[in-house]
Formats: sequence, C-alpha cells, structure tokens
Amino acid sequence: MSGPALQVEDLRIDLAIGERRFAAVEGVSFTIEKGETYGLVGESGCGKSITALSLIGLLRPPLSASAGRILLGGTDLRTLPARAVRALRGKRVAMIFQEPMTALNPLKPVGRQIAEMFVLHEGASWPEAERRAVEALRSVRVPAPERRARDYPHQLSGGMRQRVMIAIALACGPDLLLADEPTTALDVTVQAEILELIRDLCAERGTAVLMISHDLGLIASMCRRVGVMYAGRLVEERDSRAVFRRPSHPYTAGLVASLPLLGARLAGGRNRLREITGVVPPVTAFPDGCRFNPRCPSATEICRDVDPPPETLPPDGLVRCHHHA
Amino acid sequence: MRFRVNLIVGGTLFVAVVAAGLLAPWLAHTDPVLDANLMNAEEPPGAAFWLGTDGQGRDIYSRVLYGARISLTVGIVSQLINTVIGTALGLSAGYFGGWWDDLVSGLTNLMLAIPSLVFALAIMAILSPGLTSLLIALGLTNWSFTCRLARASALSLRSQGYVQAAKVLGYSDLRIMATQMLPNMLGPIIVIGTLGMGGAVLAEAALSFLGLGIRPPQPSWGSMLSDARDQITTAPWVSIFPGLAIFVTVLGLNLLGDGLRDILDPQSRSRRA
Repeated sequence: MSGPALQVEDLRIDLAIGERRFAAVEGVSFTIEKGETYGLVGESGCGKSITALSLIGLLRPPLSASAGRILLGGTDLRTLPARAVRALRGKRVAMIFQEPMTALNPLKPVGRQIAEMFVLHEGASWPEAERRAVEALRSVRVPAPERRARDYPHQLSGGMRQRVMIAIALACGPDLLLADEPTTALDVTVQAEILELIRDLCAERGTAVLMISHDLGLIASMCRRVGVMYAGRLVEERDSRAVFRRPSHPYTAGLVASLPLLGARLAGGRNRLREITGVVPPVTAFPDGCRFNPRCPSATEICRDVDPPPETLPPDGLVRCHHHA
Repeated sequence: MRFRVNLIVGGTLFVAVVAAGLLAPWLAHTDPVLDANLMNAEEPPGAAFWLGTDGQGRDIYSRVLYGARISLTVGIVSQLINTVIGTALGLSAGYFGGWWDDLVSGLTNLMLAIPSLVFALAIMAILSPGLTSLLIALGLTNWSFTCRLARASALSLRSQGYVQAAKVLGYSDLRIMATQMLPNMLGPIIVIGTLGMGGAVLAEAALSFLGLGIRPPQPSWGSMLSDARDQITTAPWVSIFPGLAIFVTVLGLNLLGDGLRDILDPQSRSRRA
C-alpha cells in the first residue's frame, strides 16, 4: 500500500442542538505520511479531541462528521458501514489516552488485556495470545514481562500502565496511532521515557502518529509537522521548527510567546510571560469574520467582516490570517 | 483483615441448610410423605420423634429436612432467573440508553409499583400450583431492584476510561458489556441476589401457606405452617419448627448478603485498599 497513512480533507463536524447545527470543526485538512508524527495543538475546546474521535468513527450524537473525507490508507471512513469501521479500530487505528489510571480494566491482569487484542483482531488462540502479550510487554521495555503480565493494573505505576496501554494500542501493528495527551498525567521524567518509547516504536514499525497536546515543547520535540487549531479551524499548519521559530498566525505567535523560557532567550531580556487575553468562544457563538479577531492584538476592520481564506506559506505550509507574517 | 462475623455466621447457616436439604434422604428418619401414622399423631418432641409429629403422625424432623429442598430450590433458582433478567435488562439499558433505556426503565417502574407478591399470586392463580409454576412466578416478578442496580452501574461504568478504551480498540458492544462492564458491577449484584434469595424463600412460604405454592402432602415449610394453623394452641411444635427453619434460612441468607457486601462493595473496597 502506498500513499500517506492518513489524509483528512475538508472535514466538518457538526454539533446538533435541537434543530440547529453548528460547525464545531470546519474545513480541516491535513495529511500524515507513514511513520510520521503529526502534532495537533490548541486550547481546550478548539476541536482537537473530536477531530481525533472522528478519525476512528466514534463521534456520537449530537456530534457527527457531516462533510469531507477521512482517508485511512485509501479507504474513506466516513462512507464505511459501522461494522467495518469497528473492525478497523484497534487493528489499523489505535488510540492511547491521557489517563493511564482508568484506561485499563481493573479486574483483569494486564497480560490478558493485551492478549485480548490478538484474540479479537487476529483470531489467535488464548495460549498463543498470552505468549505474544509477554513479547508485547517486553517491546515496551517493561522489566520482567513474564511476571508483570500477571499483575493487575493497580499493582503498576502510572508510567508502567501507560506502557501497557501502548503495548495494547500497538499490539496489532496499526497504521495510525492517535495519542491524545499521552503524557499529561505523568511525571516529567516518566513523560520523557514514554515519548521516547512512542517515537522509537512507531519509527521502527512505520506507524504514523497523531499527537494531540497543548504542550508546545512536547510537540516541537516529537513532531515533524504541526497543525494549530483554533475554534474548530486549522489556523496554521507547517513544519514544526518553522512554527516555533517564526509563527505566522497571531494565535500561534501568542501561544509561542506564552511559553516560559529558560537560559539564553531569557537572558535576552524577555522575562515576563505573555498571555492571550480572553477564552475560546463557544461553538454556538463563533464571531463573524476571522474567529480569532476578538482576541487578536493585530485585528483590523477586515478581520471583523471577512473570514480569511487559507493561504499557502512557502514551502508547504498554510495559514488563515489577513495579516500573517 | 477485619473479622467478618456476618459472613461466617451467615455462610455457616446457609451451608448447613443446603447440607440438610442435600443429605435429607440419609438424615431423615422416615419418608416425609408416606410414613403417616395416625396412632402417632401430634406426638410432642421426644426421643422417637426429635421434633414431634404433625396431625397425620408424620415425623416433623424428616419433613423439615425435605422441606429445605423445596425452599432452597425455589430461593436459588427463582433468584437466579431474576438476577439474569435484571442484569441483562439493566446493563443493556444503561449501556445503550435511548429508547431502549426508556422502555426498560418504564417497565422497571411498573414492576416496582405492583407488589411483587401480589403479582406472583396472580401468576400462580393462572398457572397450576407446583414447583415449576412457583419458579416462574417468583422468577419473573422480582428483578426490578437488580435491574435498577445494573442500570445505575452501567451508567457510571460507561464513562470509565477502560470502557471507552475498549470501544476505541474495536470491541463489539456485546463484548464490552460482557468483558468490561459485567465483571465490574458483579459485586453489588451478587449482594442483592443473595439478599433477594431470603425474600424468595419467604415468598415461597407465603404462597404455599396460601395454598397456591407447593401442594400438600409435599413438605414445604410454607405448606407445613399452613397445615399447622389449627393445632397452634394444642401442638405448637407442629408450626414452631418449620417456622424456625424459615427463620434460620432467611437469617443466614441476609447475614451472608451483608457479609458479601462488606467484601464486594466499592466503598469498603477502597477502605480496605
């Protein structure tokens, strides 16, 4: 199979309230190549997580993916029947969560929870699946995997549990891994280990990763490309180094400026953290024109009236702003 | 771990009653139905008849032992039927929600509004008296508490991370309910089931007392009590011992249920951890 692992084209997600429908996510397009890690950043409520959920067909009413295409290795998930999408989940697309504490069934040994994936998706027998589960634990660098496989989730630390989650997610060799804030609940030292693990394993297996986070530092170190979302739109999308070095959209610039910096750049004079004033508008009350205009420091008349179209940024980026840098 | 008096006393009583029922053919002195002898009628408890005899001269000790079979069969089987129905309905209602949930909740409220014993009476009046009818009548009328409990647990479990994770990992709805949700709600359901068993034993006795359950001469504690009504002043032992048997069984089941709750309840689980 050739081509990108995931291609999202002009995705729109509707939120239905009574008879009215609001576009919670609109005109989102991005592509993730095989083995590539793509970062999606933005404030809470800007549509990152529902975008991820739509990629595995798990939006539930009142939310629904109402337009666009979600191509996973060439097949459009939006037109596939529910049964077929379910068969893809866990096998070709997998997901790891923010909370490793609750994402494991407390009543089953972790080895068995990994083994269940082989039984479910590959029709393996239980003894064989249990054997492969131990191998899976070894591959996520869990020490003494034979013993740990018999442990229950409460006997493991947070980092260990997240390793188990990764083992479960990668068990069937998916083409795409969705990581929704995978390290937010972990200690900083454990975070680094887990991220390294995800990076190594996915590079090894050619698994594409969609990394969702509001930790810009994490995104910068993990991802080749970054999409910045604001109020349901992709406002800037380009190479991650370029995003952080020369942010183009005022919102991205605001995010980067709000990062605490140590060392050289701190010595350079800027020692007050800056903030973006205000909050993300609710889906039901998106402003006219550019959706960022009420909070934007460089907003002018045109921003309040005209919705900025996506413009290309050389070499292969995209930005939605009338006054982009 | 704390010494659990409830569990031990309740468990012992329950096991004793089960053993009495199972071993009745060996423990009993006489056949409970056939060995009637009017020459021995209304003998008080003594060396020959440990618990005395009833109006037909049958050994009460033997009849109480055989009665345990009926009472326990009815208690256990009807409560199993209730638990299966209640769990299946409540779990699926809580998991799927929507119109199915409305339907099941409505049905549950309807069942709760009708006194279950009266409902069982009505069913027994339609079916002919007998063990099978008793099982059906009691098994179909007492699932509403289990159903409510299962639904409430399902609602809270549905938003648990591992249920969401199972969905993301491609588990089917049935598999999620069976492997992720059911084991995690089993504790309280077992407790309610055990407590309900005591209620079912009482209900059986009540129906048999009213002549709608087990028909004489088959020995059931309820029908024995019913037979003994006239002799309660002249030969009190005829009613005392079946009554005592009911009391001991229901007490044992209730203590057992309480003891299980101490172990299985989420609150006490967190206290122990």
